[in-house]
Amino acid sequence: METKRQPVIWLQGAGCTGCSISIMNSVSPSIKNLLLDEVVPGSFLQLVFHPTLMVATGEASIEVMLDTREKEEGRYILVMEGGIPTARGGIFATVGEKKGEPVTVLSRFINLARGSLAIIAVGDCATFGGIPAARPNPTGCKGAKDVVEEEKIDVPVINVPGCPPHPDWFVGTVAHILLYGLMSSDDLDELNRPKIFYGQLIHENCPRRPYFDEGKFARKLGEEGCLYELGCKGPFTYADCPLRHWNGGVNWVIGAGSPCLGCTEPSFPDITGPFYKKISHWEKLKPSLK
Amino acid sequence: MEKVIIDPVTRIEGHLKVEVTLDRGIVKEARTSGTLFRGFEIILKGRDPRDASQITQRVCGVCPIAHATASVFALDQAFGLEDKIPSNARIIRNLILGSNFLQSNILHFYHLAALDFVDLNRLARYQGEDARVRALKEFLAGGNSSPFLPRYEGDYRLDDRANEELASHYLLALEVRRKTHEMLAIFGGKMPHSVSMVAGGVTEKPTVDKISAFLWRVNEIREFIDNVYLSDVMRITEKYGDYLEMGASGYRFLSYGAFNLDQDPIDQTKRSRLYPQGLADVALKLTDLEPDRITEQVKNSWYEDETTNRHPFRGDTVPSENKSRGYSWIKAPRYDGEPCEVGPLARLVIGYSLSHPPVRDLVEKSLSRMKLKFPNLLSCLGRHLARALDTKLVADAMAEWVLQLKPGEPVYVAYELPEEAEGMGLTEAPRGSLGHWIRIKGGVIDNYQLVVPTTWNASPRDDSNQPGPVEKALTGIKVRDSRNPLEVVRIIRSFDPCLACAVHFVTPKGRELEWFRIS
Repeated sequence: METKRQPVIWLQGAGCTGCSISIMNSVSPSIKNLLLDEVVPGSFLQLVFHPTLMVATGEASIEVMLDTREKEEGRYILVMEGGIPTARGGIFATVGEKKGEPVTVLSRFINLARGSLAIIAVGDCATFGGIPAARPNPTGCKGAKDVVEEEKIDVPVINVPGCPPHPDWFVGTVAHILLYGLMSSDDLDELNRPKIFYGQLIHENCPRRPYFDEGKFARKLGEEGCLYELGCKGPFTYADCPLRHWNGGVNWVIGAGSPCLGCTEPSFPDITGPFYKKISHWEKLKPSLK
Repeated sequence: MEKVIIDPVTRIEGHLKVEVTLDRGIVKEARTSGTLFRGFEIILKGRDPRDASQITQRVCGVCPIAHATASVFALDQAFGLEDKIPSNARIIRNLILGSNFLQSNILHFYHLAALDFVDLNRLARYQGEDARVRALKEFLAGGNSSPFLPRYEGDYRLDDRANEELASHYLLALEVRRKTHEMLAIFGGKMPHSVSMVAGGVTEKPTVDKISAFLWRVNEIREFIDNVYLSDVMRITEKYGDYLEMGASGYRFLSYGAFNLDQDPIDQTKRSRLYPQGLADVALKLTDLEPDRITEQVKNSWYEDETTNRHPFRGDTVPSENKSRGYSWIKAPRYDGEPCEVGPLARLVIGYSLSHPPVRDLVEKSLSRMKLKFPNLLSCLGRHLARALDTKLVADAMAEWVLQLKPGEPVYVAYELPEEAEGMGLTEAPRGSLGHWIRIKGGVIDNYQLVVPTTWNASPRDDSNQPGPVEKALTGIKVRDSRNPLEVVRIIRSFDPCLACAVHFVTPKGRELEWFRIS
């Protein structure tokens, strides 16, 4: 059987590398499978550029990125991790140099986005701005989709939010592209999130839901009962954490007695915070539907 | 004179650029600059103080728990809870932080640093049966080389057998690292960015199934540390012995101490910890830790000169856009005006100088087994060895701590949010000393400051023009081939820099952020 290689350029902007680390926690396929093996029969990923994992350093790492941009135009997937600072021309995040001048992540992103097959924005920073875009957004951080729209780049963007996203959400999105091609609008919600992972509220599947229905609320952390009064954002947050669980299935946020922070929503963290305070403004928490 | 610029330095956490000036192959001067700035302290201002332990974790996805720890220590102090944290909570916090140490150290050695020493190209002639090595060989033979090639060429010295085994362990360690996060999530909920650690204790309760699940995983990882990690570091030291003689910073070592063994005494600089607090110089002369002696200097950073040399709590940060001396967003923290090296090596040196039993015994045993002298630790590979011993010390301690948990006993203490308060949280992150300072006014964060490990290590020159520890460690080394400056990146990576941490930014007086550019 003929195998194909799907080139991937993984760009990091204003982020914490937590999304990369989360993807490394993938169980099946493992990160070793993702790096070395056929991810689905007949298809390998080719991780051309990834600042945390790649062996190449300095100029050689940038060369390999630009080489892929040229030779694989229209074929490579661009993964964006981290927000894209846009204030002051984007000078708050730079990667590599051109003729002795630092090159901004903003201009790298625009250039790479234009030549890509599709963009997968991983994590809150790359999807909705996340923490670096939190009030007062000192660096003018934006998510990938906003920049793509402003620059009128005609490339689809799939949003895989979460702080960080569950590895299955990213791996599943990639597997979909390899097996069935790009996701269509039927596969995505209004915020371009794959419905398969972000189709239901945490609250709908929460094992503490019976407490909510009975009105049994925990009054302090560490207590049994629904965590709604302690600030849980599960009723407003779309993700399958209660069914999927985290880190090989050992636990998850509410499982550990902590309120959900609402980290797959554009309202994270400015509206979903304060995290430990009962929500008093329902209307603001609804995802900004178009 | 020849200038070598490495931008980006990959296989670290964050965005780093390094510039070295060579004179006939010898580094005359080195300059390190952080190239990402997000503005955490500005973002924290005005928020609910309790949110700090969540927001600050997002500084770094590799070691978020160190930030959670420093943050809850600062909040505990501000809320008057330092002596009220239940013993279960103290232990669970240690287990969560300890798991993060294991994760970060294993990731650093195998996935960030090792491929500077291991030659994957040579696997092409592998004839053995190790499934992992064969997978790598076939992958590379199939014409697919990223993310392993290109790389710096030249000085790779391991014999075939050691080279193959380390390559195999690169893949094995991917699995082991993943399990350290499973361990962490048992009590932490999820990882990266755990939820369980909060002001007043933790939210997860110890139950016998969790204790047993943790114990089995930590024991499996201890086996890996003892039989694989430590011996892999030793094999590298055997072939790269010159790296046990180079890369010292020569500065004093600093440690805030980590892993509370008791709630007493309440003073964090004196509390009984697995790693003791203090400073030690290269002659092992000790000094007690007094956090008030810490200042941040900015003459060579892009901030107004008049704000220089203040204690972080009294600090002010005013960006200065066209400062000709400026070359980094990182400030230069100094203790009594001196640069300090932080990290696993600093923790070991201070514990050793204090004759702190677990540290001293482990260091002495390891040095004699490897036929090394103490000064060998003060080097590039000494840092890797110290990191491996650090991993062992913490893992062994965790296997005991988890059995001290008491199911059914409390994990959390409730409190009232104060209108006005101050707090300081001191701990060690895997890569060195981490301090958080919070001031609360009107029930919200008025000022939050972080002085992080890589600010110490990758700091630029200070007001007296003393280079930072990484810059100093690079100065004077010989670079054999300026197109393949392996010596430079090996020494930089031995510090395990975390640049996402290091570049942060404060406007404690509510000043509008002024705009600036990199000249």
